[in-house]
Amino acid sequence: MSFLDIRGLSVRLKKGPALLRRVSLQVQAAEVRGLVGESGAGKSMIGKAVLGILPPSVEVSEGEIFLDGVDLLRMAPSERRRKIGAVAALIPQDPLTALNPSHRIGPQITDRLVDILGWTRARAEARALELLAEVQIPDPARVMRSYPHELSGGMRQRILIASAFAAEPKLIVADEPTTALDVTVQKQILRLIAGMQARHGTALLFVTHDLGVVSKVCQKLSVLYSGLVVEDTSVAEFFTAPRHPYSAALLAATPKYTDPLAGLNPVPDAVIDAVRAEVAAFDRMRHG
Amino acid sequence: MRVLQAILVRLFTTAVTLAGVAVVVFVVIRVVPGNPIAMMLPPGATEEDVARLTALYGLDKGLWAQFGIWVAGVVQGDFGTSITTKAPVLELVLGRLPATLELSIMALVMAVVLGGAAALVGTRWRGGRVEASVDVANGMALSVPDFLWGLVLILLFGVLVPVFHISGRVTPSLDLPFTTGFYLFESLFRLRFDLWADLVAHMFMPALALAIPLAAIIGQLLKQSLKETMNLDYVTLARTKGYGEFRVILREALRNAALPTLTLVGVQFTFLIGGTVIIERLFSYEGLGNMAIDAVINRDLPLIQGIVVLFAVIFTAVNLVVDLLYAVLNPRLRHG
Repeated sequence: MSFLDIRGLSVRLKKGPALLRRVSLQVQAAEVRGLVGESGAGKSMIGKAVLGILPPSVEVSEGEIFLDGVDLLRMAPSERRRKIGAVAALIPQDPLTALNPSHRIGPQITDRLVDILGWTRARAEARALELLAEVQIPDPARVMRSYPHELSGGMRQRILIASAFAAEPKLIVADEPTTALDVTVQKQILRLIAGMQARHGTALLFVTHDLGVVSKVCQKLSVLYSGLVVEDTSVAEFFTAPRHPYSAALLAATPKYTDPLAGLNPVPDAVIDAVRAEVAAFDRMRHG
Repeated sequence: MRVLQAILVRLFTTAVTLAGVAVVVFVVIRVVPGNPIAMMLPPGATEEDVARLTALYGLDKGLWAQFGIWVAGVVQGDFGTSITTKAPVLELVLGRLPATLELSIMALVMAVVLGGAAALVGTRWRGGRVEASVDVANGMALSVPDFLWGLVLILLFGVLVPVFHISGRVTPSLDLPFTTGFYLFESLFRLRFDLWADLVAHMFMPALALAIPLAAIIGQLLKQSLKETMNLDYVTLARTKGYGEFRVILREALRNAALPTLTLVGVQFTFLIGGTVIIERLFSYEGLGNMAIDAVINRDLPLIQGIVVLFAVIFTAVNLVVDLLYAVLNPRLRHG
């Protein structure tokens, strides 16, 4: 069985419209799967469902999420939280808000190792220093004693990456980890995540709207539209022969940096209409 | 450098505030009707007696001349002599201060514990019946003033189920070994838990009456900011690490959520100290507030002045402590 196996997961606003429509996807151990789609397509929602951090306004209406062989949705909340904490981690989107402003960096990395995994503080601190060095932070010992507001956005994202890898999780959800960063820093952070993933052999669920990122980091890809997976494919196949018209249009819409004067190719209205019809047909089939 | 500057500015504004308070009090208590001399003399005293006594206390001089004499004394640490008890005002006031401080601090601790617990419980089980109950309890606590809570408590724990003392600070027949006025702290320090228990049994109801409205304010505001903080990214991230909900609330959210509450508690605590005046009277508690009422009734002008200035000093000190605590809790304020 895949390390992460999502089967027919539907999520909706409480007594409201569907946000995810029977999403199924697998992530094998040490594999990187991209989740792409436009804003509101539900790609982040999948990551949140896997990590048990869906907002309170949202509920899972059906489906299963097998993480490391156990169905998260059938577990008691406290047990689920422990399981997720033990095998998975999150690299959040905005490094400026994802660190606690009133704690020093050190404990924010080491606390989970000490409190959840039962390490000694000395061992956890040594591990944190090692990880901070691995994410190329100069003077890790000083950074451990710093507060978040004393560090730049790029530094903070490196810290969050180090923190995500601290407990050697089997799966990391990266929720648009470069979106909030300066363009010049984006590439370094991306390379860093890819490198860490390869070295640690961690499976990665990579949420992004940037196909350029997908081509660099991912092996598998799920394309979402309005909570519906319209294509589930390998990255190589997606870039050479996308099957779904929406995928093809997304690919065509990606600006080419090699030709800055070329016009933009937005996804054509006909394609949007077609994929919307598909979503509507899905809903009819479900309710009719 | 900036810290030093801030402290100097603070000291200056404090001095201006205190001077203003002194002037206002001095003028007001002399303008309002009522004559301390008339209160001191037996009925049938002659005009001559009145004039002599008035001159003795310097009350025949002009308002500003009296003020000058008083300020000149205060600068040297002499707040004058109480008209009714003939004792130095400073001695009287400082003798009562510990009792009021202990009562206020006890009330503050109760308010923080009760309000904090309400906020934590309401946040932990938010969006359900538990939170709704917390809101109802807060609303009730807030809509009744402290002295009415005092009467309710007297009826409950003084009359219906008499478990606490309803008057005084300590059982009068007890032998007190204390050298300071801080009985509650000193009894702990001396390991005299029997005395401590007696003091607490006296202090419990007045402190609780003062604490209930403040507890409601703390509970409401802290719960609100906790709930907002619980939706922030760093709290969400902490949830993915496998911590339980209570630990997330306590370790990740509480410290940041406490900041706005702290400011308000500072302001409200000064109101609470003001509330001791009536509460001390209600429970015959031998503190500053009780003394203030006697002083006003007897038109003991030097004593009233002394008490009011002392209250003003306490208020400014409380605000200073709040500002310092704020800097301790918020690392962003500590640097540059």
